[in-house]
Amino acid sequence: MSGLSSGFGVWNPIAWALLFVGILVVSFIVRSFGNKGYKRGTGQTKVFLSGNDEPEASGGLHVRGDHLYWGMVDGLSAYYRRVKAWHTGILSDYAAWFIGVLGLVFVILVLAR
Amino acid sequence: MTALTLHAPVLLIALPLLGAFATPLIGKLGKGARNTFVGLIVLAVAGLASLLAVSVFGAGGVPTVYELGGGTFTFPLSGGQVPIRILFEVDGMSAFMGLITALIALTSAFFSFSYWRERSGGDLYFSLFLLLTAGIFGMVMTGDMFNFFVFLEITSIAAASLVGFRVWRKQSQEAGFKVMAMYTLSGLFVLLAIGLLYGQYGHLNIAALANSLQGSLTDMIALGLLLTGLAMKAGAVPMHMWAPDAYGEAPAPMSAILVANSQASLYGLFRILFTLYGVTVSTGTMGWILIVLALLTIFVGVTMALIQSDLKRLVAFGAVSQIGYMLLGVGVGLAVMATKPEYGLVAMQGGIFHMLNDAACVGLLFFASGAVIRAAGTRDLNQMGGLGHQMKWTSIFFAIGAVALAGVPPFNGFASKFLIYEASFKLSPFLAVIAVLSSIMLLAVFVKAFQAAFLGPRSNASAHVSDPSPGMMVPMAALVLVIIVFGLFPGFFVDHIVTPAAKALWLGRDAYINAVLGG
Amino acid sequence: MNIGNLPFVVAALLVLFGLYTFLFKRNLIKLVIGITLIETGVNLFLVTLGYRTDGISPIYTFAPEAQKMVLPTPQALTLTSIVIGLATTALLLSFAVFIHRHYGTLDVRKVKELKG
Repeated sequence: MSGLSSGFGVWNPIAWALLFVGILVVSFIVRSFGNKGYKRGTGQTKVFLSGNDEPEASGGLHVRGDHLYWGMVDGLSAYYRRVKAWHTGILSDYAAWFIGVLGLVFVILVLAR
Repeated sequence: MTALTLHAPVLLIALPLLGAFATPLIGKLGKGARNTFVGLIVLAVAGLASLLAVSVFGAGGVPTVYELGGGTFTFPLSGGQVPIRILFEVDGMSAFMGLITALIALTSAFFSFSYWRERSGGDLYFSLFLLLTAGIFGMVMTGDMFNFFVFLEITSIAAASLVGFRVWRKQSQEAGFKVMAMYTLSGLFVLLAIGLLYGQYGHLNIAALANSLQGSLTDMIALGLLLTGLAMKAGAVPMHMWAPDAYGEAPAPMSAILVANSQASLYGLFRILFTLYGVTVSTGTMGWILIVLALLTIFVGVTMALIQSDLKRLVAFGAVSQIGYMLLGVGVGLAVMATKPEYGLVAMQGGIFHMLNDAACVGLLFFASGAVIRAAGTRDLNQMGGLGHQMKWTSIFFAIGAVALAGVPPFNGFASKFLIYEASFKLSPFLAVIAVLSSIMLLAVFVKAFQAAFLGPRSNASAHVSDPSPGMMVPMAALVLVIIVFGLFPGFFVDHIVTPAAKALWLGRDAYINAVLGG
Repeated sequence: MNIGNLPFVVAALLVLFGLYTFLFKRNLIKLVIGITLIETGVNLFLVTLGYRTDGISPIYTFAPEAQKMVLPTPQALTLTSIVIGLATTALLLSFAVFIHRHYGTLDVRKVKELKG
């Protein structure tokens, strides 16, 4: 009923969800073995910066959109340079790609016939 | 009830079409009357689409024929008769697309009631929206090539007008022009192909054309025109560049229905490849063309999404990449259609199931991003932050839509992608590798969007935002419910609605022809 | 007079000229003209498909036998296509007007804020 079989693999979300809940329960049990002496708001939970006080976080301290995956984008910069140059935003180029693909499809279809 | 079911295909088109032209008139009575009217129309349409789906899937997806203008003929015709009237032919796939369109039309209409409350021009907005809905229903219900073109153009005009609806926005005018020009180009090539087919065989009916198709050189040229034109209107890379412009610049609820419009073009493409041409062409070649387009679409769409800093445009590129998964699933099915191994049907199921899942997830993401942009007053991800403190429900909905679209279990996107991964792995492991990698990258894309918009410290800019009004929350919650139910019980939906739809395309060519022409 | 396949050649030429205009001209209005040319070509193609040499117009309740008539269907198609073409052209031109108002130019190479 809920399961899905592709003929060689099986996916059952209900079983998966039960397993997920089971793992959660186990992790809570493990967590309960932890140190009971933990207290919030004391020196225990302060960030340790070589003994210095933690500087105040200002409103601007936020990892903004383009900061994430900066390294990945930089690593793929050779690809991204080309693909950005490809998206020119000019309508004539949009149409040119359409006509180009049309021509290619014609060639393939005639050859395959 | 049976009369209603019988006439459902034409009512699905007639009701929104009538509503589209009546809306400006009703709008003179005030916004409340107009919203009630539009709401009733979309509710009736959703009811009719469900009724049609129940009757079609109840009968196992057997095609039914509806003749416009009364029944002097009984279908199927007996030997030698030729259908000349306007026919609607509904099989499993059409009914399935009808369900998708109804779901998106219903949610985006009710979302729009609140979203567009303070804006002017609502009468025309809802008028165009109903016109677009009527056109999409027409595309998926019709059994006639020329009517397909007419409905294609109706959706083109309505969609482009909606993209450029906010005339005070510079970019939306640019997007409107680009989209209309590209849509017209594709529509004219489709018309040219229809003319080529008509010139050879003298038919416009899909079943009659399919029956007499020879596979001549002219047929191949027509196929090339149809394939490229419809693939472009669906937004396949490298002809996708209009798509992010359109989805990004349309008002948020209309972006959702633009995706349904692209899927209707995809439906037309599948109908032409499987039903119209079917075995008359080398299905292996066609399948591989689709697969190559699919891989490009998946990869380019997702990598471009990663570098966007405009929230709507980011979601739009994500939506483009998802079209690729549908093309991949169906392309794998088409590539192996000649030998019909078991995994071919699995691939078809995956591709077709993903249409429904994508509509729900992308719809939800567009709604949520519309609410976010409205609240934050900016579309730029680099200027947002900390919205999650005040917009708790919106952020939860956005997260659910994002992980579901990226294929994280146990949501619905995983269920369909699972079928696509496994089946495409059987054909070639390389396909599955690209598909899985791109899904992971899509998750990264949405992590970026979520982190940038919702996480981070409270700031002055995000202090006075709040969740949108209940009128916008309820449609989003409805889509979340769809996502969760489809995610938890995929087996039920695959067995009852997806498999008949997949079989209607993959195995149902003869049944489709015989329903009109007789065995 | 038999003009043979000449209309088909003209239709193909119109489509090609239209494509050339659409791809290589810079002015948005000229792009719209290109689209209109393609459309005219396609319409001419459709009408030509239905033409029969020395055919008469098919307006009869009871058609006489052995009378050559042009095909009515392509004409109906063309009429529909012309109406649709009117709507698309009007929409495109009104977008062009708004683009000129916002961008101050009609050069297609300068209307590219949506890119990348």
